[in-house]
Amino acid sequence: MSDPETIVASASQTVGPFFHVGPARTDHLGRMASADTPGEAMHLRVRVLDGDGAPVNDAMVELWQADARGAFSARPAAGEAPPSFSGFGRLATNDDGWCTFETIRPGAERGAEDVHQAGHFTVCLFMRGLLRHLYTRIYFAGDPALQTDPLLGLVPEARRHTLLAHPCADGTTWEFTVRLQGDGETAFFDL
Amino acid sequence: MTDRRALEAGSQPPLLYPPYRSTVRRAPAQPLVQVPERLVDLAAPMYGYLPIDELDNDLTRQHSGEPLGERIIVAGRVLDEDGRPVPHTLVELWQCNAAGRYRHWRDNHPAPIDPNFSGGGRTVTDAQGNYRFLTIKPGAYPWSNHDNAWRPAHIHFSLFGRSIATRLVTQMYFPSDPLCAYDPMYQSIPDERARLRLVSQFDLSLTQPDWALGYRFDIVLRGRHSTPFEGRV
Repeated sequence: MSDPETIVASASQTVGPFFHVGPARTDHLGRMASADTPGEAMHLRVRVLDGDGAPVNDAMVELWQADARGAFSARPAAGEAPPSFSGFGRLATNDDGWCTFETIRPGAERGAEDVHQAGHFTVCLFMRGLLRHLYTRIYFAGDPALQTDPLLGLVPEARRHTLLAHPCADGTTWEFTVRLQGDGETAFFDL
Repeated sequence: MTDRRALEAGSQPPLLYPPYRSTVRRAPAQPLVQVPERLVDLAAPMYGYLPIDELDNDLTRQHSGEPLGERIIVAGRVLDEDGRPVPHTLVELWQCNAAGRYRHWRDNHPAPIDPNFSGGGRTVTDAQGNYRFLTIKPGAYPWSNHDNAWRPAHIHFSLFGRSIATRLVTQMYFPSDPLCAYDPMYQSIPDERARLRLVSQFDLSLTQPDWALGYRFDIVLRGRHSTPFEGRV
């Protein structure tokens, strides 16, 4: 129902295929952490596949994450320098549908009301063919805190595995695949 | 306790909209997982911070020469659905040049590249939610969605707002553009008022004499709202 005291929101529109001339002009937003950032350094490789299983080579992937202690960085006051670790990352996928973030492993958050979340990345996904962006989360396979995470608990049990990143042999790289449709379709959230 | 409330129905396009062909293999087929209001604040606080240079909101001065085309000022306010300004929030834009060509390796429309135009800019809203860009008017261009398909002239906008739930990527159109009637992206928006929200208005008071035409474009992000009468569970 329309509320007479409100004004209509701007509609979402697709990011289109040419965002590289604007928001994804460089890949420096993929380097979220430096050698000085406290925490466990890791690479997060994200791959995006369409309904045919074909790589999406024109997706824009944004990440938000907490720091190693599980705290989100506060917004800097106007004119103030940002923190060295902001927890925000953004990359375009390459021809094979991959992008790789250099970051640190997010800590588990201890929020209000004793809500215990598992360490995770929040993802916003934009691409040609998405009139609205998609929200999802990336968790770590094998994390015991998955059992109590309140958002993961909202996902039908048979689909929870679609939100897990898996470790690579090098011990510091984790991989996550977004499947937009079909078998193993990634669970997306409506916030 | 969060005070978030849902976007008004009809203001947003559906994920699957077959007239826009690329949605068919990219829109999720399964229903989205609904997050109850009490958990939305867990979804991540967010701010968009990127360093802003003095000339980042002037797309006409990024090269040694001036870009070709009609100089325009695009300015407006960023508000929430309750009409409150959204201060100090990042606004990014990108667009093609006056001939309808993006400076992008995947754009093979046979229209000229302008060596003096890159097409990307950004700024931050002031304390009252105002932003302003100087750029050139983008051209229309063909695309392969359907027979004789042309995108209306448009500028892409990206905004952050106060939380992850207010993240918005949208497009600005120009008044009285006949191509909007044929454009599946524009037509995907169900509510006519919401479609018109994306159409900028020519504004003589914003127009800079002897220099650039002014177009006003206000952007409305999802609101925050503390009334207990929303009825959402």
